[in-house]
Amino acid sequence: MSAILTAVALQAGVSTSAVPPQGMGVFLITTVIKILVIFTIYLVGVMGLTLAERKVSAWIQGRVGPNRAGYGGLLQPIADGLKNIMKEETYPGAVNKPLFILAPAIAFTVALITWAVIPFAAPWESGWGYISMALAPMPIGFLYVLAIGSLGVYGIVIAGWASNNKYALLGGLRSSAQMISYEISLGMSTIPVLLLAGNVALDRIIHQQALHGWNILNLTIAAFVFIVAFFAETNRVPFDLPESESELVSGYHTEYSAMKFSMFFIAEYANLITASALISTLFFGGWDIPFTLWDNLAPHTGFKTFLTGIAFAMKVTFFLFTFMWVRWTLPRFRYDQLMSLGWKVLLPLMLLYIIVIAAAVLLFRGMGLEQQRIVGFSAFGLAMFALNIVLSVLVFWILDRGRVISPATTRVRREALEQLQARRYRTRMPAEAGD
Amino acid sequence: MAINIKVLDRPIAESSYVRSTFKGMARTFRHMVDPHKVTVQYPEVKHALSPRWRGTHRMLTNEEGNAKCVACGLCPTVCPANCIKLIPGEDEKGNRYPLVFEIDEFRCIFCGYCQEVCPEEAIHLGRHYENAEYSRDGHVYDLERLMAQTHPVCEMWDPADPRGE
Repeated sequence: MSAILTAVALQAGVSTSAVPPQGMGVFLITTVIKILVIFTIYLVGVMGLTLAERKVSAWIQGRVGPNRAGYGGLLQPIADGLKNIMKEETYPGAVNKPLFILAPAIAFTVALITWAVIPFAAPWESGWGYISMALAPMPIGFLYVLAIGSLGVYGIVIAGWASNNKYALLGGLRSSAQMISYEISLGMSTIPVLLLAGNVALDRIIHQQALHGWNILNLTIAAFVFIVAFFAETNRVPFDLPESESELVSGYHTEYSAMKFSMFFIAEYANLITASALISTLFFGGWDIPFTLWDNLAPHTGFKTFLTGIAFAMKVTFFLFTFMWVRWTLPRFRYDQLMSLGWKVLLPLMLLYIIVIAAAVLLFRGMGLEQQRIVGFSAFGLAMFALNIVLSVLVFWILDRGRVISPATTRVRREALEQLQARRYRTRMPAEAGD
Repeated sequence: MAINIKVLDRPIAESSYVRSTFKGMARTFRHMVDPHKVTVQYPEVKHALSPRWRGTHRMLTNEEGNAKCVACGLCPTVCPANCIKLIPGEDEKGNRYPLVFEIDEFRCIFCGYCQEVCPEEAIHLGRHYENAEYSRDGHVYDLERLMAQTHPVCEMWDPADPRGE
């Protein structure tokens, strides 16, 4: 493991010191400590998020938000949790009980175990050996994320099916269709990242970004598509069709109550944390502190680990806020709009983008830009940035002007449109004349 | 096709989804950081009521502390909800007074006719709205309770002075 790390790090120009790998005992103890710390932060974070969501929604709508339980409403999540634990567990007559109980657990577990591979701080070369700040720093890190991420749909589909309720089933069906559709765009949008990093290990992706600039600057379109697709994956507004209240009561969790219902909420916020962490890792440099390289270089002290951990937490917090911000800004998509956005816009866009980026990477690498630095910046990064500006203007400024997604009026023939408008005036005229 | 289809003349060249999304987010962000919130922290802060607010009744009293009511019977007659119960009595000097005067606030529709019709300006509606009770019986206010109310009374609309309050 450490041999691989050393070799890869040297190739990328990031030096690593010769601290020996940790022994088996140290490995076990550190892993257990990491599990406990992550799990605690995660659950406390979910609690905080339930309050934060209500507060953000309130502020955006000009309200104050929950402020009765504790100072400024800080104890509200605890009050909610107590209430949900005290409530009666109801089982509607026709549910498939084992699956009905299993579904919330799946939804939550899947969101949680994605965290195993996400590096949340710089590694620490301690006195006990090299300690990686991810639970399981696997070389196939990102593939693991994709594999686990696609399991997330099971919790929702099983919940919808086990409830034996037409609305829940429809919610589950929508969710599966939506998740499968957007997973393709999601996977496609990460291919440029992998092309740049030349690796699927998440710590390699972070090192690459530290050296050549964050991917948000080099791959804005991929980042944009990734974020949009992850909104759909987490079933958040504007893609929250599986639980659209106006049509499906509350979708897949219609029949759930008490703590099982709460588990779905915990799962949603757990997914949110995971999504934010992934966005930070893949496009915003992970635990990298911007404008510096010293945090990526040896010696990897505990202090650096601490600082980079804080940087990562700040990035994740920002994206958590963005998720809420978007939720309380945008209306819900219609189902056909959702599907056409996924299949007709994002997927072709990403396929084209991969071709362009692959060609650019090949060209810039061939020119040997990766080893050069211009006034402290990586030449490769600058070249990618310039290309990115051109592509972003093309997509967001030119193609977005009613050319890619257009209002319904453009799909109606010109004559038909004029007919419709004339008809509107005709039907209104007699009423205004007052007979 | 439906008869009335709303066809918007939306300029296609200006309809951008990405940029309008960001515009919307800028708008919500401005609302979020705006310190002005519309919430009224109810039990601590209360809305000011209109002087013509029609709430639970009050019976006004004269200098001796007795109800001004002379049990003329106009208010139970005019009451459209039939919620006023009045049994008149007469003392040794021949003055009429209410033996029983009860208003069922649960039936009352707060129209204000009783205040309008009262020749002695005895019964009034009040500027008051916190009248929750644990039982239906609790909503039947007897004379003592009506006299004990202290909230300000409703100022009726004066037809002679339509703008005044």
